[in-house]
Amino acid sequence: MNQSSDTPTTPEETDTPVKHVPLDALHRELDAKMVPFAGYDMPVQYPAGIMAEHNHTRDQASLFDVSHMGQVEIIGPASDQALERLVVGDITSLKSGKTCYTMFTNEQGGILDDLMVTRQANLLYLVINAACKEADIAHLQKHLGSDHDIRVLEDRALLALQGPSACEVLSRYAPAARHMNFMSAATLRISDIDCLITRSGYTGEDGYEISISADAADTLARLLLDEPEVEPGGLGARDSLRLEAGLCLFGNDIDPTTTPIEAGLKWTISKRRREQGGFPGSDIILQQLKDGPPRLRVGIAPQGRAPARAHTEITDTAGSVIGEITSGGFGPTLGGPVAMGYVKQEFSKHGTDINLLIRGKSHPAKITSPVFVKHNYFKG
Amino acid sequence: MSIKFTNDHEWVETNDGTSTVGITNYAQEQLGDVVFVDLPEVGDTFEQGEETGVIESVKAASEVFAPVSGEIIEINEALNDDPALINSSAEGDGWMYKIKLSDAVQLDELLDKGAYTSFTEELE
Repeated sequence: MNQSSDTPTTPEETDTPVKHVPLDALHRELDAKMVPFAGYDMPVQYPAGIMAEHNHTRDQASLFDVSHMGQVEIIGPASDQALERLVVGDITSLKSGKTCYTMFTNEQGGILDDLMVTRQANLLYLVINAACKEADIAHLQKHLGSDHDIRVLEDRALLALQGPSACEVLSRYAPAARHMNFMSAATLRISDIDCLITRSGYTGEDGYEISISADAADTLARLLLDEPEVEPGGLGARDSLRLEAGLCLFGNDIDPTTTPIEAGLKWTISKRRREQGGFPGSDIILQQLKDGPPRLRVGIAPQGRAPARAHTEITDTAGSVIGEITSGGFGPTLGGPVAMGYVKQEFSKHGTDINLLIRGKSHPAKITSPVFVKHNYFKG
Repeated sequence: MSIKFTNDHEWVETNDGTSTVGITNYAQEQLGDVVFVDLPEVGDTFEQGEETGVIESVKAASEVFAPVSGEIIEINEALNDDPALINSSAEGDGWMYKIKLSDAVQLDELLDKGAYTSFTEELE
């Protein structure tokens, strides 16, 4: 037997020493299986296993350590206008205490990274992907650094409490958390710990991401894990949860060769930004918005039981290659295989019959929406 | 009757020239929740070391190799409906296929229980 693919799938650099998150000792105490991911030693699963952690998140709540992700503050005059020169999102319209999902793009319209931007009173707070951290920070320094203070929050941890019970649990400690809407932010105190909380996540469930100082992470994590509804969740469950929810994983589903339009993320580009452009690659992106992109990200529902993993070729029913799967596996909530990928635009209509070439054999599948499990966000 | 093991984590139990093959309990623990088993077909023939199929867990796909050369004479159809049998009973009800040995001498090259246990301990 030979394990040929593993989640997460980021290529590892072998020449740099692996870094440890502030909760490293807790993960080991909880008997997590630790794997190198984007330069960090991270828990891929706990003894309950990916399936149980996944289901527990959909049923109650799980605590995920996502401290490997980059946290950055941008401080300076008109930092919103400045950031808009690098991202497709509408940052100037972002109100204080609100969060938005956006992307850094390159001159070809490709995606350099996807990120969350939160406006606080006097600064912009960014959460960026671990694997892109260095490049993103250099990018921000290069384009904004002369007029703005780019602060990399190295001494912060980030915890995600996700699931339908997340609100009940967090409200016990911070009652104001109950009334926060999806994609809003607040600074709240939990047991004397200052927390920057956003109502957001990467599972399709209601939940929160909680930024705290590294030295308070252990205390807060133990506090939340002591709640009867909460179990620890690893990166494995996080991946199957986001896949069922149709959320993109940078490096798999979006990268510098895919545009936001191809990725089905045009909803992140506001009317004003569509009219004005002014972000890297805006000419290409806005052209695609007008004419339609050559290919589109779609959900793929294999009709049999065999999961189709990333890089599986997609063909039309006549056998011609029309695209490739970018993320795929087993969806525990669906109880069957689930995937997303890109196909030529003419094949992107939901319900279209396609075939997947899994280990040389053709397996029937259908194009669907990438959202296999309905989002359960709190919108007031 | 003898049970042998490979360092690819298959087990092989042989009776009268026919070997029953599965993956070890150690292997299923490493894989986690099994969600799909791609079995060979009855009548297929394999050389020792050839890929006979794949086991998919939530997190990964793992190839399974023929521990001995021979012809597949039976497959465990129950795995199609309940792949998690591999988790609950890797070395029992979760067997994968029966293969008619073409060269019984190959069994001598495989690991016995003690050697396999030492091998997995070294992997920890």
